[in-house]
Amino acid sequence: MRTRVLVAMSGGVDSSVAAALLVERGHEVVGATLKLWGGESDSGCCSVADVEDARRVAQQLGIEHHVFNLTEEFDRHVVAPYVGAHAAGRTPNPCIECNRTMKFDRLLHRSDRLGFDRLATGHHARVTSGRTGRTGRTHSLRRGVDTAKDQSYVLSMLGQDELSRVLFPVGEMTKNEVRLHAGRLGLRTALKPDSQDVCFIGSAEGRLGFLGQRIAMHPGEVVDGAGNAAGTVEAVELVTVGQRRGMGHGGDGKRRYVTHVDVAARRVTVGGADEVTRTGVFLPESSLTWVRDPLAGGARAVAQVSAHGRPIACTVEAGDDGSGLMVRFDSPQRPVAPGQTVALYDANDPDAVVGAGIAA
Amino acid sequence: MTNEITYLDHAATSALRPEAAAAMASVHERKLGNPTGSHPPAQRARALLEEARDEVATFLGRDPGEIVFTSGGTEAANLAVLGTAEAALRARGEAVVLASAVEHPAVRESAKAAGLVGVDVRELPVDHGGVIDRDALARTLSSRCTVIAVMTANNETGVIQPLADVVSSVRRRAPNAYVFTDAVQAAPFLDLAEVTEGVDMVGLSAHKFGGPVGIGALAVAPGVTLWPRQHGGGQERERRSGTQDVAGAAGMATALQLVAKERTAATARVTGLRDRLTQELLAAVPWAHRTVPDGVAVLPGHLHLCLPGVDREELLVALGRVGICVSGGSSCASGALEPSHVLAAMGIGADTAAGAVRFSLGYDSTDEDVDRALAVVPGLAASLRRTV
Repeated sequence: MRTRVLVAMSGGVDSSVAAALLVERGHEVVGATLKLWGGESDSGCCSVADVEDARRVAQQLGIEHHVFNLTEEFDRHVVAPYVGAHAAGRTPNPCIECNRTMKFDRLLHRSDRLGFDRLATGHHARVTSGRTGRTGRTHSLRRGVDTAKDQSYVLSMLGQDELSRVLFPVGEMTKNEVRLHAGRLGLRTALKPDSQDVCFIGSAEGRLGFLGQRIAMHPGEVVDGAGNAAGTVEAVELVTVGQRRGMGHGGDGKRRYVTHVDVAARRVTVGGADEVTRTGVFLPESSLTWVRDPLAGGARAVAQVSAHGRPIACTVEAGDDGSGLMVRFDSPQRPVAPGQTVALYDANDPDAVVGAGIAA
Repeated sequence: MTNEITYLDHAATSALRPEAAAAMASVHERKLGNPTGSHPPAQRARALLEEARDEVATFLGRDPGEIVFTSGGTEAANLAVLGTAEAALRARGEAVVLASAVEHPAVRESAKAAGLVGVDVRELPVDHGGVIDRDALARTLSSRCTVIAVMTANNETGVIQPLADVVSSVRRRAPNAYVFTDAVQAAPFLDLAEVTEGVDMVGLSAHKFGGPVGIGALAVAPGVTLWPRQHGGGQERERRSGTQDVAGAAGMATALQLVAKERTAATARVTGLRDRLTQELLAAVPWAHRTVPDGVAVLPGHLHLCLPGVDREELLVALGRVGICVSGGSSCASGALEPSHVLAAMGIGADTAAGAVRFSLGYDSTDEDVDRALAVVPGLAASLRRTV
């Protein structure tokens, strides 16, 4: 069947090849690049150079291309919450919020209104569909074939409604295969480096520069578990629980880690590796999303707590008052900073995402 | 996707008129020299250039010596605004630029650039109809003013400005100041010799009236002191250096001759098409409304329409996919639509402006174009409408 597909093209190699694969499969394909950030940034998915790359690739593929200006909504739904979370001492993941509110909400709705059957992106992840009962099909979200480039973590908040309408064409390929394919087609993005960091923060200004223009940054004192002074930090708002960088070594010569951040008191507490570990993380009810069925209390699962973090075997339990989810790790782990997303995978099928939540 | 094209974006560009293409081809076919040289091929080139200049001058009701060929309307605006501001800065140590709030970016950004080098830049407000606020103009004018930029007609809405009032107000209150008008949009329909009478500088762009892209002109009245923006061999009476584009000038002149010849008939015909499009669209889409209030003078080809609840980005994509070409306003460097400063200046809210689109008809628009738009737009607009 000839499907009408809107493909989100960032100007990178993955979405270029995603568009190319869809064209090769005979679909009716239209490319769209989101202009998300009106501020100055030399990186990420909204610079003029990236839009030009996306447009040129679309031309090379012989498909239509459009630029959608979502700067105002991006500012409201991604940048402002990012800044607000940092002000509150949390560590948000803006890429996940962008996927949640921009690509798989605003853009997906736009794709529907314009009569497209599917929205495609260049994410390294897979959607598989199976028949359940007589009611119809259910969709699973799985890790991309290239485990090193897998992006299922940043998509872990998607549910059946979204998964039934999206395509991730490069999820079946390794990054190397993607680049080779782009090279064979002569696409100008074939050798383009992977994007790094937060797209709306320029590499020169950095997080400190970006946030410093938007919220007050406060120097803070660093203390050890006994309350003894152990140094200072430039901006307590940028310190993350579990962080090692900049915390030096303790009197015993061992590395120190951030165990607690108190933005109001402008105090960072540090401790040794043994003091920083945690046996679990709590995910409040309001943050929980499920690909299909919620995990029952006592269920086994595999957690991933950062974009390219290691899988962590765990058991989930209902929160104390029956609300939310307590994720208990099998072995002690570095702490999950408040605001970070925890993606949960199926214990028996560890490539399959079950759901996600945001650490309290 | 479709191959059938209904072109309703003449305010962005009009297709090259065949006669202009032929004029350019005939220039290209001759072995011409550089028009500044002295040998016969150079002199032939110079003759063709001056013939074209005569035509442009006639069109604008000016002396040929006033016409400076430029690369287009943007360069004309830059030269007018920055050229006079720089001359004033050098002569008097200060310059004051006034520009209406609805000017094309070529003027707005030139004014902004002047501001960065110490020029006092002020914006002149418009009313809800997009017409310059004459009281505010009168209050802002002073003997310190250098140049006042008020466009002949707006590119987005087509609203025609009361240029004669502007000129007389400036003469009374700012006797040393020059008036510049960006006549790029008005040129296809208005008699600029009449409308821009008494204006010190007039900017034109050839591709808006069926001439080639890449050439335009700035008329500079005698007595206007203007510092060149582009330095070099001193062409165009030392106002714009660079080897002149003889073929482009010939194409522009040919297109202008046709515009002048066809003006009365084209104005009546295009106004008729536009009015039918307006009436029947509003009848079929009763929840839409014209952006410009009734009673405000608008160019014959423009219809600016607000479709509340519709996102213009989506409407443009949907219309484009069936070959209906309209515009949603200015784009930024990336090609994304920008919020319209013109609609904002008219006091139109961001939500309403988000659903505003421009249909613009031109010399080759037909009844079939209008029929096709009427057959397609109402259904698509309804399907994209979000009820809030």
